[in-house]
Amino acid sequence: MHIVDRRLNPSGKNLANRQRFMRRAKSLIRKAVHESSASRSIKDADQAGEVALPAQGVHEPSFHRNSSGGMRDHLLPGNKQYVEGDTIPRPQGGAGGGGSEGSPDGEGQDDFRFALSRDEFVDLFLEDLELPDLAKRRVVDSESVSWHRAGYSVTGSPANLALLRTVRNSLSRRIALKRPKPADLQALRDEIAALSPDGEEGDRRIQLEEELTRKLRRTGLIPYIDPLDVRYRKFEPQPKPVAQAVMFCLMDVSGSMTEHMKDLAKRFYVLLYIFLKRRYKHVDVVFIRHTHQAQEVDEDTFFHSPETGGTVVSTALEEMQRVIDERYSPDSWNIYAAQASDGDNTASDNDKTAALLTDTILPVCQYYAYLEVGRDSEHFPPGFIRRDSDLWQTYSAICKSGAPMAMRKVGHRRDIYPVFRELFAKKTATTGAETT
Amino acid sequence: MNDFGGGIKVGRPLFEGADWEFGTIQRVHDAIEEIAIGELGLDVYPNQIEIIGTEQMLDAYSSIGMPLFYKHWSFGKHFARNEAMYRAGMQGLAYEIVINSNPCISYIMEENTATMQTLVIAHAAFGHNHFFKNNYVFKQWTDADGILDYLEFARGYIAQCEDRYGETAVERLLDAAHALMTHGVHRYPRRRSADLRSEEQRAKERRLHEERVFNDLWRTVPTKGVEKEDKSIEERRRALLQLPQENVLFFLEKTAPRLRPWQREVLRIVRIIAQYFYPQSQTKVMNEGCATYVHYRIMNRLHEKGLLTDGNMVEFLRSHTNVVFQPDFDDPRYSGINPYALGFGMMRDIERICTEPTAEDQNWFPDIAGSGDPMAVLRDVWANYRDESFMLQFLSPRMIRDFSLFHVLDDSNEPNLTVEAIHDERGYRKIQRALAKQYDIAWTLPDIQVVDVNLIGDRRLILHHRALNRVLLEERDARFVLQHLADLWGYDVLLKEVDPASDSVLKEHAATPRGGILQPDGG
Repeated sequence: MHIVDRRLNPSGKNLANRQRFMRRAKSLIRKAVHESSASRSIKDADQAGEVALPAQGVHEPSFHRNSSGGMRDHLLPGNKQYVEGDTIPRPQGGAGGGGSEGSPDGEGQDDFRFALSRDEFVDLFLEDLELPDLAKRRVVDSESVSWHRAGYSVTGSPANLALLRTVRNSLSRRIALKRPKPADLQALRDEIAALSPDGEEGDRRIQLEEELTRKLRRTGLIPYIDPLDVRYRKFEPQPKPVAQAVMFCLMDVSGSMTEHMKDLAKRFYVLLYIFLKRRYKHVDVVFIRHTHQAQEVDEDTFFHSPETGGTVVSTALEEMQRVIDERYSPDSWNIYAAQASDGDNTASDNDKTAALLTDTILPVCQYYAYLEVGRDSEHFPPGFIRRDSDLWQTYSAICKSGAPMAMRKVGHRRDIYPVFRELFAKKTATTGAETT
Repeated sequence: MNDFGGGIKVGRPLFEGADWEFGTIQRVHDAIEEIAIGELGLDVYPNQIEIIGTEQMLDAYSSIGMPLFYKHWSFGKHFARNEAMYRAGMQGLAYEIVINSNPCISYIMEENTATMQTLVIAHAAFGHNHFFKNNYVFKQWTDADGILDYLEFARGYIAQCEDRYGETAVERLLDAAHALMTHGVHRYPRRRSADLRSEEQRAKERRLHEERVFNDLWRTVPTKGVEKEDKSIEERRRALLQLPQENVLFFLEKTAPRLRPWQREVLRIVRIIAQYFYPQSQTKVMNEGCATYVHYRIMNRLHEKGLLTDGNMVEFLRSHTNVVFQPDFDDPRYSGINPYALGFGMMRDIERICTEPTAEDQNWFPDIAGSGDPMAVLRDVWANYRDESFMLQFLSPRMIRDFSLFHVLDDSNEPNLTVEAIHDERGYRKIQRALAKQYDIAWTLPDIQVVDVNLIGDRRLILHHRALNRVLLEERDARFVLQHLADLWGYDVLLKEVDPASDSVLKEHAATPRGGILQPDGG
C-alpha cells in the first residue's frame, strides 16, 4: 500500500476550467455584476461578492424524460395505511405523496450562484474601459527605484552591520561550543591562588593549573565573534510606483445643488476612483468645492457640509491650479479632473473659465470630465426647448476643439454607470465628442 | 474496558482519540487488510491512499471524481457551484472518493478523524475495491489498468487540439459531445472488449495511416451517378452502418460525413469515458451495499479484536447509522430510496438468510438458505449481478416488510393514483419486479436510436425515441441536444417519438445544423 500526501500539490488546478467558464458565461456574468453593483453601497462597490446567474444560461442539456405525462411507477418506502387497490388523489405540484423524483443531477431551475473574487468583479465591472492618454508619463516614472529592507545577508558594508543579530549568533555559538566563561576562569584563578604550592594542596594546584591551561586554550580556539556570526542588514531595490495619479474632484456646492445632485456626483467620483486605482499603484484624491470662492476640503466636508453663495467656476480652477503648483508637479503625476455641477455659472465668469481651462488646466491634465447633474424629475412641457446651461455652452466650445475633455449629462442614478462607461470606453478615434 | 463485542480482546487499540498521522493510516490499513483478505476473503487491487484537502476534493467533485481530466467550462461551473454551496454551509463534502483503477486510488480528506479514516479505508479501499475488481459489469466494460493512462492521453490530446484548432472550436465540439454523452454507450457487449492502453497507440497509427494514404487526386475522380435504390440496397446499407444504433456518439464518430479526423477522435474520447462510467450507474445499490457491508463487518471485527476503542466504535456507529438512514416517503427529508440503506439492508438480509433462515426464506431462496457461509454467497452475488438482476433475485419478503415498500401507479389518463401492490403476500413479487425495473438502465434512460439515414439523398438522419409508457422527452432539453446532434451530423436531423405499443408517432422534433463545428471543407 502507498500513502501519498497530495495536500501540498499546487492548488488552483481548476483555474483553467474556471476561466473557460467565466469566458463562456461572460455576458451573463457581466449583466449580473452590473445588477448587483446597483444594489451595493458605494464603499464596497469594488469588493468580492456572490452573483447569481440564471440557470438556463449555462445549462448543459441532455436527453431525459419529461417529468409528467404517460404512465409511471413509483416505489416508495414507509407505507403506513395503504392497501392494494387504494386510490390516492394526484398531488399537486409534482412533489409529495406521489414521490418526487427530482431532476437527474439534483439541479433545479434555481439561479446558479457563485462567488467572484474582488479582481474578477472589478475586471468585469470596468471591462473594456481604458484611460485616455495613459502612457504619457510612464517612461519617466519607471526609472526610479527605492530601497527596501529585505532580511539579513552574510555580506555587506560595515555601515549595515546588524549588531544585535551578530551578537545573538555569537552567543548561541559560544554556548553550543561550550566556550569557558570569563567568570569561570576567574574563579579557577582565585582558587589556584588560594592554594599553597606544596603538599597535598600542591597536587590539587597542579591539577587546577592544567585545567586552567586547557580552558584558556579553548578560549583562544573559540573566538568571541567569529566571521560566521556576522550579519548585515540587506536592502533590495524596488521599482517605485510605476505611475501615480491624482484625481481632482471639483464640485459646485452652491445652494442650487440638491442632495440628489451631490449623490450623483459622488457616485461618479467613486467609479472614477475605483477605475484609477486599478490603473495606478498610487492614487491621490483632492476635493475642491466652490461657490463664489473655492477651497480644498476633506471628503466628508466635501459631500456633507452645506454652503451658500453664488457660483463662480473659475475660482475652483484657480484653486486646482494652486494645488497642482504646490504638490502635484505634472512631470511626476498623472492628473485627472472630474467636475460636477448643475451648469450654473455667473455670466461674467464664463470667458475667464474658458481661458483658464484651455490655457492652464487642460495642458497639464490627462483627462478632464465634466458631469452635468440634473434633477431626477426634470420635466419640460412639450414644445419647450431646454436651453443648455452656461457652463455647458462654454465647455462644448472647448470640447469641439479636440481637448482631452468629455462632458455628459446625468439625471438619474441608473445613468451614472452607462455614462461612465461611455466616457472611458475604448476609443480609436479622438476623445471628447459631445452628446446631449 | 468493557467487552461488548463478545470476542476476546487481544491487541492494543490502533489509535486513541481523533488524531492521526501516516503511521496510523499504515497500521489501520494493515489491520483492515488482515481482516478483509484473511477473514472475509476479499480480492482487491493494490491500494493507493491519497490524502487531500478541501479544494482538491472540490476539484475531484467537479471532474466526475477523476484525478486528471481535460479542460472544459462545465467543470469550472460545477466547481464554482460546489464551492459556493460548501462555503455557504449548505453542503458537506464526501469523506472519500475512490477510483476504479489498478492500483485502486482512494482519496481521503485530511479533516477526517482517525475513526473516519478507518471507516473510509474499510469502505473504499476494500469494499469498493473488491467490487470493482470482481463485478462482471466492471470487468466487461472498464479497464482498470489503463484508465489513468487513457485519461492522461485524453487530456493531452484535447489540449493539443485546443492549441491547433482554437479553444472555441474544441469547446463547441465538447459541448455537443457532452450533451450526447448519456447516449454514447454500448449497452451490449461487442465482439472485443476495450483495451484502453492500446487506444492511444491506435489513435496515433490511424492518423499516420491517413496521412500516408492521403492523395488529393482521389477527389477529382469522377463518381458514378446515383444508383437506383431498391429494397436490398437499402437493407444492406443499414447493415453496413450497423443500424439501428443506440450509441449515438459511436455512430457519429464512424459515420458523420463532415467531421474532421481530430473531431472524431474527440468524440471517441468522450464516448470511451462515458462507457467507463456506465457500470457505475448500473450497480449503484450493489456497489454501495457491498462497501457498506464490508466496512460494517470490518469495524465490528476491529472492535472485537480490541483494536478500536469503545469511544471510537460509538463514533463509527453514529456515522454509519446516518449513512444507512432511509426516511419514509412522507418525510420531508425523503429524496428517493437511499442506495446505501437498500444495499446494506439487502447484504445483511442475505447474511441472515444464510445463517438463520426462516421457513419463508427456505421457500424463497432454497439455494442459499441456511448455507452457513454468507461470505461465499455474497462474493458470488457481488461478482455476478447488477442492480436490476440483484433486486429481482434477492429482494426478500423480509426486506420488503422492513422497508414497508409499496408500489404506486401514476397514469396520466386516470384522475387518481392507484396503489398497485403493498408489502403483503400478493405484493412481494410485484414489488420485486417493479423495484428491479427502476434500476434497469433501459427504463431510466430514454431509449433513443439512430434508425435510418439517406446517405445518397439529402443525408437526413432519423432517430426514434421509443417512448415507454408514453412518457415523452423533456422538450426544451431535447431540442438543445438535437441541435448539437445536427451540428455534428452536418445535415438535417429528425427525432420521432414513437409509442412502442402501437408504433404510432407521438411527436416529432427536427433540427438543422448551425455551422460552427463543421467548417466548410474548402477542397
